[in-house]
Parts: sequence; structure tokens; C-alpha cells
Amino acid sequence: MIIPRVPVQHRRLLPDRRLSGPTPWVVAILMMLTLLAAAAGVGLARSANAIGDAIAGRVTVQIVTANPVTRAEQAAALRRAAAAQPFVRSARSVEREELQATLGQWFGSADGDDPVLKSLPLPALVDVDFVGEDRGSHMEALRALVAREAPGARIIPHAEWLGPVARLIRSLAWIAGAMVLLMAAASAAVVIMTARAALGTHYATIEMLHMIGATDRQITRLFQRRIAIDTAYGIALGSTVAAAILLLIGWQWSGVTAGLAATASLGPAGWALLLALPLLAIALAALTARQTLLAALKKIL
Amino acid sequence: MTDASPARPGGAMVEFDGVGLRYGPDAEILSDISFNLQPGSFYFLTGASGAGKTSLLKMLYLAQRPSRGIVRLFGEDLVAMPRHRLPGFRRRIGVVFQDFRLIPHLSARDNIALPLRIAGVSEEDLSGPVGEMLSWIGLGDRADARPATLSGGEQQRVAIARAVIARPQLLVADEPTGNVDPEMAMRLLGLFEALNRLGTTVVVATHDIHLISRIENAQMMRLEKGRLADPTGALRYPPANRA
Repeated sequence: MIIPRVPVQHRRLLPDRRLSGPTPWVVAILMMLTLLAAAAGVGLARSANAIGDAIAGRVTVQIVTANPVTRAEQAAALRRAAAAQPFVRSARSVEREELQATLGQWFGSADGDDPVLKSLPLPALVDVDFVGEDRGSHMEALRALVAREAPGARIIPHAEWLGPVARLIRSLAWIAGAMVLLMAAASAAVVIMTARAALGTHYATIEMLHMIGATDRQITRLFQRRIAIDTAYGIALGSTVAAAILLLIGWQWSGVTAGLAATASLGPAGWALLLALPLLAIALAALTARQTLLAALKKIL
Repeated sequence: MTDASPARPGGAMVEFDGVGLRYGPDAEILSDISFNLQPGSFYFLTGASGAGKTSLLKMLYLAQRPSRGIVRLFGEDLVAMPRHRLPGFRRRIGVVFQDFRLIPHLSARDNIALPLRIAGVSEEDLSGPVGEMLSWIGLGDRADARPATLSGGEQQRVAIARAVIARPQLLVADEPTGNVDPEMAMRLLGLFEALNRLGTTVVVATHDIHLISRIENAQMMRLEKGRLADPTGALRYPPANRA
């Protein structure tokens, strides 16, 4: 049992000074940071996976033939031919207006009516999504198709330029995971120090209990219960603050619909993990307290 | 030791044979201690300050294992006894400390009830004995008082009540009258004598020579520089059991 049952009369053996020491407050801070780090880790991991899935099977064919009519014909022919292939999930020509709108952000004319922008010789682009996992053979087949339908066109796998970003996000997710583990270790250390301090403070009581025949288990349950309740208060407080922060961030995040940020979310499994973490923390605190107390009591006859 | 058979009914309650005790690498503070305590007997342990009385009592109430020798209690070898079996033996021993060692945030009633609660006695079953004990020590009207509000004599009586509430077979008292006036000392001694008449073996460490003369048939153990003075051998080879 996480918080052991102790008869009411036995509980009075320890003076009632709840939340008077630093332990609940330190645990609250650690719990809040743990939950925020866990949320960041889950969000980043999901984002990295979403990006990885999106870019792993996507390529863009860039047709740079000088004649705009030939360029458009090659793009249309390539799109049709690619769409008919069994290894292609979808093939889409990127419209000139879409390209101009993207470039317009860099030219300072987002509506795309900049005469300079309109005069630029833009390449024709065809986005191709592969099916399945055997992307090596798919790439070879696409190369043959491109050589036939649009000679001289360049094939650009998205993994080449978005891969480092996905790897960076994944690394950050791992760092967040490591922070969760480190803070769990720090929380355990706080509980160990609390248990040892409690033993020191109440040594005379423990010695007396031993002398009248109390077992280590009886004494341990007494202290374990107190420490578990104190840490539970801290965990509840830290979790409440973390939940408020996450809800605020989530509310602000809901307005972000474009780019990489749109891929970051917690998902049901992420929320389940965040809900489980406080319970795991209470269990960790109780177990750590129990082991520390038993080990310390064994040193007393 | 050859005169005692541990499992024999009517044998010695406590047997020390060639017991020595040292703390750390220092010289022994108790050496070659050998004696038997018979059930239902009354013993005084005397000796100058620093002679080792408290250390000897600690071994008696299982707060300390000897460095060497044999200690048998209730017929069982305590030197080799695993730690988890000690609480069961401690519940058969009552201890009165010189400094009382009452738990300061508990009332007199709760301090006295402590051994019964630890032994798992229900609140319903312990309220009667605790009330009787409070009346017996004359503190029936101070049951809810905290130790800090009690006088030294009252605290000592609470400590004694706590030591005897579970009807121990062996009662060990370390200077129980050291903090009380002579009149209270005699009253406390009367409590010990009454318990002894009920069959409890009593060991009292004291400096007070007048106290010793008040108990008929009490035997005296004297520690001198960590050794037990037993010139007649009566402690090691008692003539007969009183019980």
C-alpha cells in the first residue's frame, strides 16, 4: 500500500506538524518541473514523429526547363505518370500561385502581385508521396520515371533538408525525458533526506518504541505514512500548478495552426502519462521512505 | 555456566556467563560478568558512577548485545538471536529509565497505554487497565496531562506505569528514585515490591543504600570497575528459587 494504514492512536506518536518542513514545498517544485519537462518531452517526441512520418516518404521533383510551356507540360506529364504508379500514394503539382505566395513572404508582398515576383522564372514542382516502407526501390523507379518524362529535373527528398530538424526535435525530447528521470532521482533524494531527518528528530521516540517491543515494520509504517502524506501534499500542489501552466500553454498553442508548431500536441497517451506521473511519484516517495527507514532501523538493535 | 538448563521449567530467568562489553576499540567496560536471576526475585544493582550499571542494564533490556560471553533470557540465547525476534522478548520486559523517556507530546494516559497499543491490544480492551494503572499511581485526575506539566515524581510514576502495564516478567529500573524526594522514593519502591509479589522479577539499579535495606530478601549485585562482586557465589549459584 502506498500510504499504509496506521491506527489512529498510533499516528499520535508523531507530533502533527504537517507542511511545516521544507519537504512538501521542495517536492511541489520538483513535481511541477517534472510535469512540465514530461509535457515538453511528449510534445516534442510527437512532433518529431509527425515530421519524420511526413518527410520520410515525400520527395519534390523540381523541373527547371527554360521554356515555361515545356516546363508546364513536363510537370503535368510527370504528375499523371507518377499518380498512375503503384508505389505512389499521391502526386501533386505545386501551383505557380502557391509558389509565388511562399516567395512573396521573402519579397515583402504576400499577396503575390509583385511585378518582380511575377517576372521570376520559377521552377515547376511536383510533390510525390510514396506508399509503404521500401523507399529505396521507390526512389529508383521514380528516377526512371523522371528521366523519361522530365529529363534534367532534380529529385529532392524532404528527409534531406527536414531530417536535421526532426533529429534536433527528437534530441530535445530525449533531453526532456532525461530531465524527468533526473528530477525523479532528485525527488527520491529529498525523500531519503526527509526520512533520515525524521529518524534523527524522533530518535528518542523510536528508541522508546523499540524498547517496548515495537517492530521495525510498525515504526516504518508510522513514518512512511507521514512522509507519503507530506509528499502527496507537495505532489498535489506541484501538479495543480503544472496543470494550470499546461492548460494556459495549450490554450495559446491552439491558435498556432501552421508550420512545425502545429505538429506538437500531447495526445491521449501523453495526457495519460502526465496523469500517471503524480501517482508514480507518490509511490516512489513511499517506497523510498520505506527502504530508507528499514535500512536505518536495522542499524539500531 | 553449568548450573542452568535454559528450557527447564523453573530455571533461571536471566543467565549471564562470562559476559564482556566494549564500545568500539576501547577497553572492556564490563568484564567476566556471570550471574543468574531467578524468577520472582528482587535484585538491587549497585556500584559507583561509571562502574557499568547502565551498560549491564542495557544488556538486560536488550538495548545492547555483549561483545563476548553468553546471555540467556527466558531460556533463549540472545547473543545469536536474529534481530527480528527481539521485539517479542522486549514485550516481556518492562524498563524504567532514570530520565523517564516519556513521549512529550502524548498525555500521561497515552504514554502508559503505549506498550499495550504496540502489542495490538484494542482501545476497548486497554481503557480499563490504563485507568486502573492511573489510579494505582495516584494520577487518575491527571490522565490528560502532558509530561511537561507533571512534576518529576509524577513523571516517574507514569514511566513506571508504562513499564508495568503489560505485566512484564522482568522489570528493569535504572536509578528510578534518583529524581524524587525520599517519601516518593519509598512509594515507588512500594510499587516495585507489589509487582514483585505478583511474580515479576525486579532489577533496580540504585545508589541509595537505605532503599536496599527496605526490601526483605532482596539480593544485591555490586559492580566494581566493570566486574561483578559476588564473593559468596550466591548470584551465580543461588541457593534456591523464591518463586
